[in-house]
Amino acid sequence: MQSFLSDPFLFIANWLESVLLGWGLQPSLATFLLQLLGALALGTSLLLLTFLLIWAERKIVARIQDRLGPNRVGPFGIFQTVADLLKLVTKELITPQGADLIPYNLAPLLAVMSVVGLWAVIPMAPTLLGADISVGVLYIISIGAIGTLGIMLAGMSSNNKYALLGAFRTVAVMVSYAVPMVLALLVPVLLSGSMGMQAIVNAQTPVAFIFLAPIAAAIFFVSSVAEVGRAPFDLLEAESEIVAGFHIEYSGLKFGMFFVAEFLHAFTISALTATLFLGGWQGPWAEQYTFLGLLYFIIKTSLVYFVVIWLRGSFPRIRIDQMNALNWKFITPLGLASLIFTAIAEKLAVDFGLPRLLIHLGANAILVALTALALGAYARHQRTQAAVRQERVRRKSTAEAA
Amino acid sequence: MLEPWIFIALLLGAGMLLPGVAIAANWVLSPKKPNSLKNTIYECGIETVGETYVQLKGAYYIYALIFVVFDIEAVFLFPWAVAYDQLQLYMVLEGVLFILILAAGLIYAWRKGVLEWV
Repeated sequence: MQSFLSDPFLFIANWLESVLLGWGLQPSLATFLLQLLGALALGTSLLLLTFLLIWAERKIVARIQDRLGPNRVGPFGIFQTVADLLKLVTKELITPQGADLIPYNLAPLLAVMSVVGLWAVIPMAPTLLGADISVGVLYIISIGAIGTLGIMLAGMSSNNKYALLGAFRTVAVMVSYAVPMVLALLVPVLLSGSMGMQAIVNAQTPVAFIFLAPIAAAIFFVSSVAEVGRAPFDLLEAESEIVAGFHIEYSGLKFGMFFVAEFLHAFTISALTATLFLGGWQGPWAEQYTFLGLLYFIIKTSLVYFVVIWLRGSFPRIRIDQMNALNWKFITPLGLASLIFTAIAEKLAVDFGLPRLLIHLGANAILVALTALALGAYARHQRTQAAVRQERVRRKSTAEAA
Repeated sequence: MLEPWIFIALLLGAGMLLPGVAIAANWVLSPKKPNSLKNTIYECGIETVGETYVQLKGAYYIYALIFVVFDIEAVFLFPWAVAYDQLQLYMVLEGVLFILILAAGLIYAWRKGVLEWV
């Protein structure tokens, strides 16, 4: 019984395995069945979690905007999403004329698959991890890109100009933001010396990576919010410009699946930020009691998810030129610089036995100061250019008047 | 060794299957009364004029090209980051040199003006 209290998940798994073996199954077949059960349970619970996420988001955004939010169906409106789902299920599935049927129908499935697939490598507790593969970080990058592919397929196969514009914007925006995301992901890999997610969490025992690399953490958070296409980076479905963007021709649950994928992806990037930079399930007594580890993981993830919703409630949508300028002229060079600074600072700390935390914080402080100086110089340059242009216009008009 | 990858394959399969089942349930439950007016392409009430597959702006293509350069770079930098613990200081500096060469590429694109959205 003590075993159940300290680690219920492993206990249940061991018990199920013994039951299956007791039926006289092959050990390999029993493992396969357990894995199938685990995969189905994880996928189903993630899709069910979306109900709660959508409700939480609507409630919090409503509070930020001084509204009440859903409050009719069930206590605090918690069953509002269920009512919405029931409505969507009974809607007709309309296929537009001239749509390319295979990619059109495949796109919502791919969007959900990429998000659910990401959870295979996220360690939720010391023993609660789908697959502890040695290339976890690369897996996250590649599977995350499939979600972008799904959105592009949806936009290009709908035979609609708005949808096509949404797909183009996906290429320019979501694909570009993968670059700083990769650069920021290199920092925890470098600090922990491994690409496995569990190893990265284990490397954060004395101090979480957000204290060693605050700039990389911020870059990862911002670029992954952009990669998900959440407000303020939701140009690919900007209502005021291209109506609904890539999912304009989808109806019923096909549309609903894009909705599910978006909300779940936002929660997933919160979980990734918590795992890579906030220490994941690390906390007091997490090693002894798996349940506590899961609790710490959920608390950290919810905190980051709240910030994502807060961003949505606070910022207006930014223009596509501003968004690309922010990425290529600010975040990507900063990501390169932060990688260089972290690499040198860590080597100095290890080689000369200097206090690790102080060295890293110092390096990040120098980087922040340099960034502020560079931004100031850039702003002065822009102002001078504008003044020169104005002067030229004034001279021209006076010359014409004379 | 193979076990985690089997789980990933199963999870990806489940990720396709579960929304597929939901959409199939929707298809069973929903009314099916298509007509040519309902299936027209949505464009704020007016009819679509001309081809949908319009030519795309060159800027999108250039962004995709820069992205490819930086994504290939990740392939080289990840092994460097994993092996970091065993590296001497000068090997780390070599990695830094590689990053600086990449940065030079970014500065080249910037000075060429392809990062401007026109």
